[in-house]
Amino acid sequence: MAESSETRTYREALRAGMSEEMERDEDVLLMGEDIGVYGGTHLITDGLIDTFGPKRVMDTPISEGGFTGAAIGMAMMGLKPVVEMMTWNFSFLAADQIIQNAAKLRYFSGGQVQVPMVIRGPNGGGVQLSAQHTHSLESFYGHFPGLKVVAPVTPNDAKGMMLTAIRDPNPIIFLEAGALYGTKGEVEDGDNAVPFGQARIAREGSDVTLISYGRQVNLLLRVADTLADEGIQAEVIDLRSLRPFDEKTIVESVQKTHRAVVVQEQWKWFGVASEVAAIIQEQAFDHLDAPVERVSGAEVPAPYARNLEIEAFPGEEQVASAAKRVLYQEVV
Amino acid sequence: MSEGKKQAESGSVATNGERLVELYRKMVEIRTFEEATQKGFRQGKVGGYLHVYIGQEAVATGFIDHKQDGDKVITAYRDHAHALLLGADPKEVMAELYGKGTGMVKGKGGSMHLFDVERGLMGGYGIVAGHIPLGVGMAYAMRYHEGSEESDEDSMVQLYLGDGSMHNAAFHEAANLSGLWGKEGWNPCLFILENNQYGMGTSVERSTAMTDLAAKFDAYGIENEKVDGMDLEAVLECAERVTQKVRETGQPHAVDVITYRTAPHGAGDFFEKYRTKEEVEQWRERDPIGLLEKKLLDREAVTEGDLEEYQNEARETVNEAVKFADESEEPDISELYTDVYAGADEYMGEE
Ligand SMILES: Cc1ncc(C[n+]2csc(CCOP(=O)(O)OP(=O)(O)O)c2C)c(N)n1
Repeated sequence: MAESSETRTYREALRAGMSEEMERDEDVLLMGEDIGVYGGTHLITDGLIDTFGPKRVMDTPISEGGFTGAAIGMAMMGLKPVVEMMTWNFSFLAADQIIQNAAKLRYFSGGQVQVPMVIRGPNGGGVQLSAQHTHSLESFYGHFPGLKVVAPVTPNDAKGMMLTAIRDPNPIIFLEAGALYGTKGEVEDGDNAVPFGQARIAREGSDVTLISYGRQVNLLLRVADTLADEGIQAEVIDLRSLRPFDEKTIVESVQKTHRAVVVQEQWKWFGVASEVAAIIQEQAFDHLDAPVERVSGAEVPAPYARNLEIEAFPGEEQVASAAKRVLYQEVV
Repeated sequence: MSEGKKQAESGSVATNGERLVELYRKMVEIRTFEEATQKGFRQGKVGGYLHVYIGQEAVATGFIDHKQDGDKVITAYRDHAHALLLGADPKEVMAELYGKGTGMVKGKGGSMHLFDVERGLMGGYGIVAGHIPLGVGMAYAMRYHEGSEESDEDSMVQLYLGDGSMHNAAFHEAANLSGLWGKEGWNPCLFILENNQYGMGTSVERSTAMTDLAAKFDAYGIENEKVDGMDLEAVLECAERVTQKVRETGQPHAVDVITYRTAPHGAGDFFEKYRTKEEVEQWRERDPIGLLEKKLLDREAVTEGDLEEYQNEARETVNEAVKFADESEEPDISELYTDVYAGADEYMGEE
């Protein structure tokens, strides 16, 4: 643990992670649309071009496939590009490069090549951007061996996991909690690198385990508060990293609480929650006192209208009900 | 080398007789190698897709002759020649095609994914146009440390692409980036368009309204030219000049190399409805190996006897490679889980 810390926004924490690593390592460079002179659409990279110049903070044309592919080439040569997807939605244009090249190159080169790069940007929804600008890509990218997929939610993790991501010799899918860029938290000063594959117990509890990642973790914490008022102690687990995945923390928690609810903003079908539920079933079956519940987004493209959007994503009540169902306190 | 062979005019590499003979031998080795791979395919020993380079030998031979140590080469799936020209052991290349553990990527890539990073081969790739942005990025990396001690200011990328790949977004996006970065001298990338005039069975005429492929680079501020890809000397002359330019300026350059694949697109393609036998025959008359043989004989740089000797040598090398590939073991099953991730967690999905 670092000696000191300061309050920073999630946005500032990401920026600090990148700029501190750029200071440390000259091979690190940033690429993306409007990340330089404009300061970044979400202001994540604001001001970095003044410090590091246009060769290391590179404004790219609107050509996701091209610049992501170019970054892969740079990484193959030993540079460590950090590529911004203005939002992860646009990564579909670069998906060929990310999946067919970045993820698989090490394997199909028989280990001769590695691709040390980070692809980052806001994931998910919650800000009324509707169908084509609201997408949660964790299970899409989490499906591919060769990629690592992480989703920090606290500002401290945003910085610490950014350091780890840049230092990792693999392509990292860095899913930012886009809706939380302005949220604040304590961020440890200096090198607070957070290892991948370790979930975080965001709140301890003994009655039921609530599991999620990304911005839903904050939702779970609110639900846990409400449940506590009713005498239910919920343990909240922030997965942080989806590939690699921390099975141990989850299994241990379920062995303690005997009940689990997995929450995700993305669609239920083929989602992360299915995977987590299966792992619990495989490894803690005898400890379960109730079937694992999944709470997911509605099976529709994301709607624009505020009320519809709220309805489309998991809400506090849905999660609280699920928790009560696995405690047999509420009938279906 | 045998007696009785006279040196042609020396001076430029392109017309240096001894050099030409050496390159002739390489081309013969590639041709012989490719014929053996086709045979292996028919025997069921080479699996998957197999795309041979027959007819196009002078292209990579001419350009790779001007590759310097730090340079990188990246290409698509028609990649055997590039690997051999860069000095890969034919045994390892053949073993890769045979899917053996002794293959150059341990049997994990096959024909389309030859890599020899040590010698500068940054890979063969199976998605049409998907490798083009990678090459442009590599070139950027080469000028990234400009001015500092680590700088690599003499190096460049040879980026091979097919005519069929030029209608894909990845090409246009990458060419745009290359031209843009090149303005600053940050993109020493040579686009070598292996214009064999067909993408599988679709001719250039049927894939674009504007068939002057070199001129397409104009749109991105990339200087370009055309060269006769059947004439090794012409390719060599061009390669010498343009590689020097790219190295010195850090600016990209494109060469539309007019060539022809006399073999089918893939070894499994028996019917060629898209072109006539007469057309193929006409191009065979301009076969790069045949043309060069004739030149060397006319200049008395070789004798018929020499040529026969070179062909026998190539056959011996290739036979040895086939034998090695045939006798090698398949990769160990444990290899299934290696090389997925770099670093400590080589594979994360296994218990
Ligand atoms: C994105 C993509 N689409 C289609 C294919 C199938 N395909 C393989 S080779 C080929 C033709 C490519 O022609 P060209 O780039 O001219 O190369 P050549 O085979 O002539 O060397 C096609 C369409 C592919 N591999 N990738």
